[in-house]
Amino acid sequence: MSEFIYLYRSTNEASRAAMGSPEQMQKSMQTWMAWMQQLADKGHIKNPGHPLERTGKLVKGKQRTITDGPYAESKDIIGGYTLIEAKDLGEAVELSKGCPILEGGGVVEVRPVLKTGM
Amino acid sequence: MTDLHEHLFRREAGRLVATLTRIFGVEHLALAEDVVQDAFCRALEVWPFRGVPDNPSAWLMATAKHRALDVLRRERTARTLAPELARLLESDEPLPTEDAIRDDQLRMMFSCCHPRLSEAAQVALMLHILCGFSVDEVAGAFVSTHAGVEKRLARAKRVLAESQRLFEITDAADFAARLPAVHRALYLLFNEGYHGASPESAVRGELCREAQRLTGLLLEHPVAATPATYALAALMCLHAARLPARLDGAGHLSVFADQDRSRWDNHLMAEGQRLLELSASGPLLTEYHVEAAIAAVHASARRVEDTNWAQIVTLYDTLLVLRPSPVVALNRAIAVAQRDGPARGLEEIAAIADRERLDAYPFYHAALGELELRRGRGETARGHFGAALALARNRMERQFLEQRMQACDAAGSARTRSQSATL
Repeated sequence: MSEFIYLYRSTNEASRAAMGSPEQMQKSMQTWMAWMQQLADKGHIKNPGHPLERTGKLVKGKQRTITDGPYAESKDIIGGYTLIEAKDLGEAVELSKGCPILEGGGVVEVRPVLKTGM
Repeated sequence: MTDLHEHLFRREAGRLVATLTRIFGVEHLALAEDVVQDAFCRALEVWPFRGVPDNPSAWLMATAKHRALDVLRRERTARTLAPELARLLESDEPLPTEDAIRDDQLRMMFSCCHPRLSEAAQVALMLHILCGFSVDEVAGAFVSTHAGVEKRLARAKRVLAESQRLFEITDAADFAARLPAVHRALYLLFNEGYHGASPESAVRGELCREAQRLTGLLLEHPVAATPATYALAALMCLHAARLPARLDGAGHLSVFADQDRSRWDNHLMAEGQRLLELSASGPLLTEYHVEAAIAAVHASARRVEDTNWAQIVTLYDTLLVLRPSPVVALNRAIAVAQRDGPARGLEEIAAIADRERLDAYPFYHAALGELELRRGRGETARGHFGAALALARNRMERQFLEQRMQACDAAGSARTRSQSATL
């Protein structure tokens, strides 16, 4: 088994559009939870991870310039991450296809965790 | 992982907005709505990763309060009232009890029934604020446009904000004076679900359930639990019990007489009967008592031919005195037809004062069609069903009326056949 990280990325506009009425929000949340639960049941979740605030600071360069997030408005923002276990990149990608963020125009970035022999 | 109630967010939306509006003041209804929306966004972001908290309601309330503090700190406009509000929000007061939240919802319910608002606006406002329906969902329920509902709600909220304070439910005189308007709005909400125009039976079922839930809040409050409230609750139960049989196995509307009564909900029937008995405790007879009694007579008949139509006609006579309307008169005429035959029913319909007010009502033409068909005038009946079809408001009604027109054709050709056989 290898480890992968899912980075959930979407624009502010896309995530706002996915909100809607309380009823719709509960439905989206339950879709998310069902998807996570399904991965967990199959033993693919190493760590469910955390959601991330959409704001923050950028610290840049030798000058240590500090600017406010969230970066350029139109760009994808990472909204959270999950640590996944899968056979290979192919399986990790396949599993990510059920992620509800894709329905709302978001992106799942699947990145193999680099294992260094200790 | 905790299982969530199917409509948790919708329910919580009403409870949270009602409680926060009491804290913020009615002029800050928009702030309450915003922070509640934010709390749901937060739940949507956090719960999939960290699981559902043990007490989701408390989590949402705490999150909404934090969010309100953030907003107040940021917004300059709120500065004058911020210190007092911030104190209220920051204080570690325990979460409001269920009783307190119920009273907050009652305050909001009575506030929504402001006399300056039309009945339609009151119902829309209740659905939006207390039941968590978005503008689009309200528009879907009443088959109106997003823009139309948005405008109506904006105006209604302005009236609410200008009223300076939420309705005070501790003043018994005010309370009793406003209660009939609240009953009426809940009745209309239920009716919209039961007979309404929305093509989706799921939406309609939700409207009925929400009306029943809000009526349930009235029943829990000692001053609001009047005989009229019991009667209203009884009538909702007795009608809701029949909902499952309104559609046949294929999801089509079925003629009342053809409904499969074994599909009536016995539990709701019994609850309706119980509430009806509780409603009989005072001298006051309201339209809700009479309507519930009519529903109870229907419910007590195992087969449609066992129905005591004479009793139903008498009850409609009483209802006509309490609430004169051409629709009530039409229903009375249909009961007369059941008792004395279709010809008598048609006479009664012809005698309805303001009959022209029924012209736009599809059930009026359908009733004429039904009675004409029953007395063997297939062709005339077909014309009436055609008129109803032109007014039908959704696919289910259209399908139903097309079916009735086919029944007219079948009756016509059967007659022609028997006529040629006798020749």
